[in-house]
Amino acid sequence: MAGAHAASTDPDALSWYEATARQRVVALADPGSFREFLPPTERRMSPHLPLFDLPRAFDDGIVVGRAKLDGKTVLVAAQEGRFMGGAFGEIHGAKLVGLLRAALTLKPAAALILFDTGGVRLQEANAGETAIAETMRAIVDVRAAGIPVIGLIGGRAGCYGGGGLIAGTCSRLAVSEGGRISVSGPEVIETNKGAEEFDSRDRALVWRTMGGKHRRLIGGADAFCADSVSAFREAALDLIGRAPAFDLATLEAEQARLESRLARFGDCRDATDVWARLGVNDPDAVPAMDTRAFDETVARVREADHDAR
Amino acid sequence: MTLAEILAGLFPQGHSVSVRDGLVTGGGAFADGTLHVVGVDGDTPLGVDGALVLSRAVLDAVRAGDRAPILVVVDSDSQRMSRRDELLGLNECLAHLAKALLLADRSGHPTIGLIYGHSAAGAFIATALATRVLAALPGANPSVMDLPSVAKVTKLPLDKLQEMAKSTPVFAPGIDNMVATGAVHVVLDPAKPLDGQIRDLITNLQPGDDRDRLGEERGGRPVARGISAAVIAQAGRG
Repeated sequence: MAGAHAASTDPDALSWYEATARQRVVALADPGSFREFLPPTERRMSPHLPLFDLPRAFDDGIVVGRAKLDGKTVLVAAQEGRFMGGAFGEIHGAKLVGLLRAALTLKPAAALILFDTGGVRLQEANAGETAIAETMRAIVDVRAAGIPVIGLIGGRAGCYGGGGLIAGTCSRLAVSEGGRISVSGPEVIETNKGAEEFDSRDRALVWRTMGGKHRRLIGGADAFCADSVSAFREAALDLIGRAPAFDLATLEAEQARLESRLARFGDCRDATDVWARLGVNDPDAVPAMDTRAFDETVARVREADHDAR
Repeated sequence: MTLAEILAGLFPQGHSVSVRDGLVTGGGAFADGTLHVVGVDGDTPLGVDGALVLSRAVLDAVRAGDRAPILVVVDSDSQRMSRRDELLGLNECLAHLAKALLLADRSGHPTIGLIYGHSAAGAFIATALATRVLAALPGANPSVMDLPSVAKVTKLPLDKLQEMAKSTPVFAPGIDNMVATGAVHVVLDPAKPLDGQIRDLITNLQPGDDRDRLGEERGGRPVARGISAAVIAQAGRG
């Protein structure tokens, strides 16, 4: 079984980017503590994909359950980017919604969402879109009950479309270099607006505009992780301990933070222009920085850390 | 129905609602108090700048503490698709707008969506879908993606998709399908006075999120409610 295999995997050595959703959850949690809800043995498969002659997954591309993190109970959802790009279908979305609603009565120390998604699954678009709206409402309810909702982003599929909106609803976000957060993906912008607006084959441009380092520098994410499960575990534990409340004061602060961002950087063409204005000495060096050098750079950027989310 | 016709129907005594760059803000006397109005008009795409204008208006209403209802009128494009919007954190700005509406709802402001034209994707999620109850006028056309684009992504012939769309509400654009999914609660009757219909929606607001129950009853989302209920049941087993 994949779970048993992953349990023996060293969290320090296991690449978050390369790992499957189930491997991430099992290695992230305290050893042996993960209990899955609606596991693959229940075969809750999409009723819609056969219509499109597409293969189904026993878990519909998302793993949800309960685990211990440093001895405390947490609820965890992990999207599987390898199945249909981790996209939100009817069952996939409903599992996440159910998990968040369960948090209201279970009152865990936190709810963790391991994003790995291209957004809505087009073959089930209306169900996926509605589930994203339900998820955002549920996250707000959970946060208002005083339970932190932490997003972890570093998977192959990134965090796109409605996934990006859900991420923006979380209390805190941790992201790795490989994590990308965006609403419209590079190909979507290019298809609709042309390659002059966004050349999706320019991978360096994609990383600069949507990647983990840019998001961390502008305060779009609260922690930057090396690409290992242990780094994400450490970040999650830290972020759980300093999650902002969900109230008018937080949203007023976020309004001011985002307005200030548009006023300061609204005329920037490239992320390197933004980084220069943030006070980064050598913006062109940012993409190649290792985690330690990047952390030192972030520590000097005032906008990176805040409680306005 | 145009926005002007909607506003005339809602506020026979006049209103302060204005439209600037496709962004709708303002309000007017309604029932025994005020009705705040925010939204997007004219098939306008919603970008970082517009999202913050609307969220500002919503947060101002919450800070005023009048618990007056907030009507979110929507005839938008999708999210604005550009390099600049993504560079500046469109996901944060759209999520912020949705959070402002969800906070308003939690703070005692009934939030009502009214879709009277197009809307799609991120713009739809951040506005109409972040309200407590979503109404539509006939002719509204919400979608996640239009069928030619779905054909391109799914690599299925357009004529096959059009045939499938007739029997399968789960993926096809259009108001009937979003009603079947439970995302749109009700379609209003343009022949009846609009203000009374909106007032009835406010009076009959249901607690909680009943969209998956509606989707199950209407057949557009046959399994979602059962799945989320099963997760909650297994989570409660200790």
